[in-house]
Amino acid sequence: MNYRFDWAIVTSGKYFDWLASGLYVTIKLSVVSIALSFLVGLVIAMMRMSHVRPVRWFAHGYLEFFRNTPLLVQIFFWYFGSYKILPQAVNDWLVAQDFEFAAAVIALTIYTSAFIAEDIRSGVRSIPKEQMEAARSSGFSYVRSMRYIILPQAVRLTIPPLINQFLNLMKNSSLAMTIGVAELMYQARQVESYTFKGFEAFSAATIVYLALSFLITGLMTLYDKKVLQPMKGH
Amino acid sequence: MIGGLDFTVIRDNLSYFFIGRFPRGPLGGVGLTLYLAVVSLILSFLGGLFLGLLSVSRNRLIKWGSTTIIQTIRGMPLLMVIFWMFFLLPALLGGGLSASWTIIAALTLFTSSYMSEIVRAGILGIPKGQMEAAISTGLSHKQAMFHIILPQALRNMIPSFVNQFVSMIKDTSLAFIVGVSELTHVATQMNNRTMLYPTEIFLFIAVIYFIMCFAFTELSRWLERRSAWRKSI
Repeated sequence: MNYRFDWAIVTSGKYFDWLASGLYVTIKLSVVSIALSFLVGLVIAMMRMSHVRPVRWFAHGYLEFFRNTPLLVQIFFWYFGSYKILPQAVNDWLVAQDFEFAAAVIALTIYTSAFIAEDIRSGVRSIPKEQMEAARSSGFSYVRSMRYIILPQAVRLTIPPLINQFLNLMKNSSLAMTIGVAELMYQARQVESYTFKGFEAFSAATIVYLALSFLITGLMTLYDKKVLQPMKGH
Repeated sequence: MIGGLDFTVIRDNLSYFFIGRFPRGPLGGVGLTLYLAVVSLILSFLGGLFLGLLSVSRNRLIKWGSTTIIQTIRGMPLLMVIFWMFFLLPALLGGGLSASWTIIAALTLFTSSYMSEIVRAGILGIPKGQMEAAISTGLSHKQAMFHIILPQALRNMIPSFVNQFVSMIKDTSLAFIVGVSELTHVATQMNNRTMLYPTEIFLFIAVIYFIMCFAFTELSRWLERRSAWRKSI
C-alpha cells in the first residue's frame, strides 16, 4: 500500500474548520427539525385519536404515506417540486431564507413527525383507560383531561423512543448534502475532493457521528435508569 | 392536468420509470430497486443471523467483538457506510466491483447490523428453560441452538424481517448518490432532462415507493396479528 496518511489536514487548519462548520450545521439541522417534528407529531397523534372520523383518517393517511416513502425522495420533492404546490407568498419567503436548509428541515420534520406521532400514540395507549374515565367523571373536559392527566404521563414514557428518533434524525440529516446543505457529510466529501485524502476525511466524520450517537444513546440509558425504572418501582 | 400539474411526462416515460432501458439496455427504475432490495435483504438475513449468533456467544471475546462492530455500524448514517464501501472495497479487492454490487455490499453490512439485533432479541425471547431442557436431553449447546431455539425464534422474527424489507426498499434510494440507475436516479435524470415537471416526477415516484412499502407494511401487520392469535391459544 503506497497511500500516505496525513492526519494533520483534518486535525487543524482550513479543512478542520470546514469539518467543524459541517458539525455545526448538522447539529443545527437536527435540533431545529426534532423540535418541529415533536410539535407536528404531537398534533398528528392527537388527530389520530380524535373522535371525528375525517380528522382521524387524515392523520392516518399522513402517517402511512410519509412513513412508507424514502426520505431522499421527500427531500427532492420539497427542494425541487414544492413551488408548484405551495402558495406564492410562502415560496418567496422560503427562497429569501436559506432555501436548501429550509427544504431539508421541512422534509426531515414531516418524515420524522410521522414516526414520532406513532410513538406518542402508543405512549398514550399505555396509560390505563380508567384514568381518562376518572378525569372525565371528576369534571374535566376531554381536552383538559388529555392536557393535564394523560399527556404528562404519556410523554414521560415516550421520551426513550423520542430520543431514538432524534438519533435517527441526526443520522438522516446527512441526506441533506444531496441538495447542497453544507453539513458534516457534505464537508467531509468536500475535503476529500480538495485533498484526495478521503480516508482521513471520512474517518474524521465517522468518529464525529459515532461520538454524537453514543452521546445520545448514553442519555437514553441514563434517563431509563434515573426516571423510568424508579417510576415503574423497580 | 390535475390542479395545475401536468402528468404527461410520466405517461410518456412510463416504461423508463419501471424498467429503465431494459431489454435493450441494463435494468433500471422500479425493477432495479426491487432487485437491489431483494438481493440485499437475502444477504442481510444471512449476515444478521451470523452476527446475531455471534452476539449471544458464550465466548466473551466473540461477544464483545461482534457487539462493537454492530454498535459502530448502527451509530453511522447509511450514507457514510456507502461512502466507506466505495472507498475501501476497491482498495481491498484491487477494484473491479460494479456500483450496484458496492451498494448491495453497503446495504447488506448496514442492514445486517440491524437484523442482528432482531435475531438477538428473538433468541433471548425464548424461555431459558428450553435450552436447559434441550441440553439435559443430551443435545450439545450448538445442536440445541440450531434445532430447538433458532427455529422458534426465527418464526417470531418474521414480522420484523418484513419491516426490515420496507426499510430496505426505502434505503435503496440512496444508490442514487453513486449513480446506480434505480427509481430515484431515473427520476432525477428525468427531472434534469425535462426541467419543467419536478413536482409531478417526484410525486409520482413517491406514490410508487408508497405502494411497494405499504403493501409490505400491511403484510407485516397481518403476520403480527396472526402470530399474536396463535400465541393466545
